[in-house]
This record gives sequence, structure tokens and C-alpha cells, in this order.
Amino acid sequence: MITRRLLEAPDGRGWIFLGILAAIAIIVPCLNLFAPPDSPFHVTSSTLALWGKYLCFALLALSLDLVWGYCGILSLGHGAFFALGGYAMGMYLMRQIAGRGSYAHPILPDFMMFLNWKELPVYWYGFQYFPYAALMIVLVPGALAFVFGWFAFRSRVTGVYLSIITQALTFALMLGFFRNDFGFGGNNGLTDFYDILGFSVQAPGTRAVLFALSAVALALGYLLAQMIVRSKAGKVLIAVRDAESRTRFLGYKVENYKTFVFTVSACMAGVAGALYVPQVGIINPSEFAPANSIEMVIWVAMGGRGTLIGAALGAVIVNYLKSIFTIGALAPYWLFLLGTIFVLVTIFLPKGVLGLLPKREPRSKRNGAGVASGAAAQPAE
Amino acid sequence: MDAAMDKPRQITQSLLYLDGVSVSFDGFKALNNLTLDLAHGEMRAIIGPNGAGKTTMMDVITGKTRPDTGEVLFNNGEIDLTRKDEAAIAQLGIGRKFQKPTVFEEHTVEDNILLALDSDRRVRGTLFWRLNGDGDRITQILKTIGLTAHRDRQAGSLSHGQKQWLEIGMLLAQDPKLLLVDEPVAGMTDAESMTTADLLRDIAKDHTVIVVEHDMEFVRRLGVKVTVLHEGSVLAEGTLDEVSANERVVEVYLGR
Repeated sequence: MITRRLLEAPDGRGWIFLGILAAIAIIVPCLNLFAPPDSPFHVTSSTLALWGKYLCFALLALSLDLVWGYCGILSLGHGAFFALGGYAMGMYLMRQIAGRGSYAHPILPDFMMFLNWKELPVYWYGFQYFPYAALMIVLVPGALAFVFGWFAFRSRVTGVYLSIITQALTFALMLGFFRNDFGFGGNNGLTDFYDILGFSVQAPGTRAVLFALSAVALALGYLLAQMIVRSKAGKVLIAVRDAESRTRFLGYKVENYKTFVFTVSACMAGVAGALYVPQVGIINPSEFAPANSIEMVIWVAMGGRGTLIGAALGAVIVNYLKSIFTIGALAPYWLFLLGTIFVLVTIFLPKGVLGLLPKREPRSKRNGAGVASGAAAQPAE
Repeated sequence: MDAAMDKPRQITQSLLYLDGVSVSFDGFKALNNLTLDLAHGEMRAIIGPNGAGKTTMMDVITGKTRPDTGEVLFNNGEIDLTRKDEAAIAQLGIGRKFQKPTVFEEHTVEDNILLALDSDRRVRGTLFWRLNGDGDRITQILKTIGLTAHRDRQAGSLSHGQKQWLEIGMLLAQDPKLLLVDEPVAGMTDAESMTTADLLRDIAKDHTVIVVEHDMEFVRRLGVKVTVLHEGSVLAEGTLDEVSANERVVEVYLGR
């Protein structure tokens, strides 16, 4: 039943987006693997890794748009869920090193040897098994979001106060993960990975597959988010965003809806983080940096808040620009440029880049009454 | 459950019974030992000068504000509303229209009604919900509130009066036992006010309704029992003519 629901969800634009993703997932890795290096169509391995990273960010932006664009929860701590998913994957990858590190200890990762630890902390147990790690990738961010949301939303913390405590959440986690005795590699984080599911993370084939998987994950994330926002629950989310107390007086338990969507979003962010780590080869506490989480909000705002596709697009565009501008002479000015772009988009493109596309036809008019459909295009559907 | 847990009380025959309700904000007594008794099927108009406690009374009934003292009993005294939150009270069958029209501006008129329709309010329920027969009820409600032609319009683009009607329509869709309507004709033209009065009278045929209003013409048009609030308690009760003749009421309204 869920499959049918998922496939019903996308609209015309959604199918185009999925089509493009499918094409990217197949063509780009093939151009990397099979096109000869001197061919103009050849995609270098570094380009592949870079764009794989963008796809992970796109999924992250999508998850943020689900809570911010549709439910009005401005999370300034979504980087935390992304990083937690990344760390869960990193722990799996660390355990795969087993015995091949500099200290050649059969179980303990190098950084623990370096700290003179004698045995593996309990919370590292089980991470040598991929299914367990995969579960944790979704479960840990999800559980944190659930507990956090449960308390925050039940106490009716909203607006800027909520944004501030999400920011505090990611900051606190960053400080924790920086500590060596936390057991996650301190400020070096987790790196020097060897294998994933028995394949070398450096091998071109593995990288190609990871890239394709990132595109697939983005597509699935889009379908899931689209299914949620197109359902009646999605209408409730928009209702909460626009008139929270009205929704309450209609009998909806607003806190349950918020907790639900926040948790789903955190799980998606976790998956994005998990796909990101093997492609960039490292996860460290800087991923928790508050500034990162704020930048994500800019991606979404630039692409078009409350459109899902726009959020994904915004993440790719901003990060692409970032890659260009942070190399070379312009590097020190990147943040100024980002700020300028953000201001310009807010002023001239309030609906983001996606707002540039022509408006879609209004929904079929049922009664033929010729009523002018609402002036503003409805971003929600 | 709740009925069993609550101590047996003297069973009132009222749908809503407020007994000795007091609320104060920073020393200001918004409600002062307020007692109000509303029978099943009754429509009641509540009037009173600014600051008389009309909106606070609605807040207490709908769970937005907890009273310092007093009881708010619903449905023959079965349920104590002071222990429930807004969503739970709404699900018990108490609908509220705000003073300022509050509709979901980004949704279509149809979706506004749809969200209000009496149905499963849980996340699971709405996530896997499908349209079935709700369309007819929506059509019927839109006909009642005269917004049939605007079904697919975004609610945000409606006029002020139309938003008020849409909100009344959302109340109807909830199919509540009790409707609380706060200043439904504020900002309306005379013609719109009259239409609204007729609409409310129509609704009152099979619902219990409390209307809070300033506009005396409108209250006269409703032609129902009137309660006058003043400084958080009941000053007078009766037909509009009776209370208009009451010296204390005249004094309060025409100034001291």
C-alpha cells in the first residue's frame, strides 16, 4: 500500500525531477567508469565524489524543507542529525579497518589505542555489522529528534526560541564530540577508512555505486516527503505552519504532528550523513558546527522553501558555487558572496530559484464557476 | 473514563455549566466568580463592554486558559473541561470561532472545511486518509455558508466577511455539540451582518451556540436570551429588551 502511495505522490514536476535523478544515477557513474579519460565526456573521480556530496546535501536540504517549509519549524540544528548519521556510518567503517590500522589491533580503532584504551566502549558494539549500523544511522538521529521534539513541542516552544535551542543542541553535540573521552575520535573524527561491505571505499566501482545510491536515496527521500505533504497529514502540517492555535482548536494534537515530521526529517538527514561519509572519507565534529546548520537554511531558502525540489536544487547550486569560489583568490570572500546571494534571493526571488519556473495550471475547476483561482501559486502541492 | 473518574456531582441538565469561575492575570480579575448555565440546544448571546471577560470566558471553556478557581462542566456535568487541553476539548465537541477570522490562508476553501470535518485526528489516520464521501458533506456545508462558488479558491484571497463565514463553516464541519462564536460580525457590512445572523439562527436549529457580540442590532436580530457580563461576572440575564431596561446595564454601557 505504501508503495502505491509513494508512486501516487509526485506531480508532473516531481516526475521530471525523479527522471533527472534516475538519469544522473546511471549516466554519471558510467561516464566516470567507462568513458576514456581523454574523452570530453569523461567524469573524473574527484568530480564524481564532489557531486555525490552535493546529492547528500540535497537530501539533507529536502529533510530540512519538510520541517521548515511545510510545518514552520525552523530547525537551526539539522546538521546534528546529518552528523549523527555520518558518525554511525563512520563507526561501521572504523570497525571494518580491524587489524589494518597503524597499531594493528584486531578490534580497537587507532585513536583508542592512542588513548591507551584497553577495550571497546559498549556503544561501539555491533557496529562491525552493517545491518546494525544501517539501523543506527536512522535510529539514532530519529530517536534524538523524537525525544527533543517530544519535550520541545509539548512545552509549546515555537518560533525563534525553538530555533535557538536546536542551535544549542548541535553546539552541545559538537563540544561533546570534540572531546577525546567521548570515544568518537575527538577533533580528528573518524577517517582512514578501508572497506564498505567488503569493497574498498577508494575503488572507482565503489565510488560509482555510492554516487548512484546517493541519487537513489534522494529520490526515495523525495517520494517519502512528497507522500507526506500530499496526504491529509501534510495539509495539517501546513495548517500548523499558518495558524497553529486554529489547528489545535480543530482538535489536532499539534505536538504529535510536529514530533512526527521532525523525527522523519531527522531520519532522512541521518541517511544523507551516512552516504556522505564514505564519499568524503571523513567525519569530524565540525559537521556539528552551528554555522553549517544555518547554511542549510540558506540552501532551502535559495531553492524555494516549501517545494522540496527547490530545496534539493538550492543545496546543489549553493554548494556548487561554494566549490568554485572557495578555490583560488576569491576564497576569503565566499561568505560575503553567500550572504549577498541570500539577500538578493530573499528580495528578488521570495519563492526561491524554483519560483522562476512558470506557474503550473490551477487545479481543475469543479463547478465551472470560473472563479479566479488564488492569486499566489500554492507551493504546497 | 473521565466520567467514571470524576467524583459524582450533582448532575446538571445543562450542556455547559460554569460555576464560580475566576481567572486573574497579574492581579487583574478577568473573570470573577462567573456562573453560567447553558441548556442543550440553546442559543445564547453574550454582551458586555470591553474587558468584561467575554473572550477570557471562551478561553476557559476551550482550554486555552485554566481558571484559578471554579468548575467548567460539559454535557450534564459529565466532563470537567478544566483538566483538558485544547485539542481534547475540541474532540469532545466544542468548536470555536475566533474574533479575528482565522482560516488556513494557503489552503483552498475546500481543504479548510476538509481539515475541520469530524474525522480521525491522529497522525496515522491523516497520513493514510482517503477522500470518501466527504465531498458531499463539504458541498453541503459550502452551500450553507454560501461559498459554493469559491470552493477551489485559496482562503487567503477571500474577503473578510467570506473568511468569517468560512470559519463558521469549519465549525459546522466539526459537527460540535457546542459552538462558541466570538464577534462574528466585527468588520462586516450591515448586509453581511444580517446574512450572518440568519446563518447562525439556522445553525442554532440543531446546535447549541454561544455568540459573543457587541453589535446590538445583530443581537436583536438573533432574538435569543442575552447574558450581560461586566467585570468578569454576570450583570443581568434575559431577553434583549429586559436587559436593555435594566438600570445597571444602562449605567455600564452608557458610562459612568
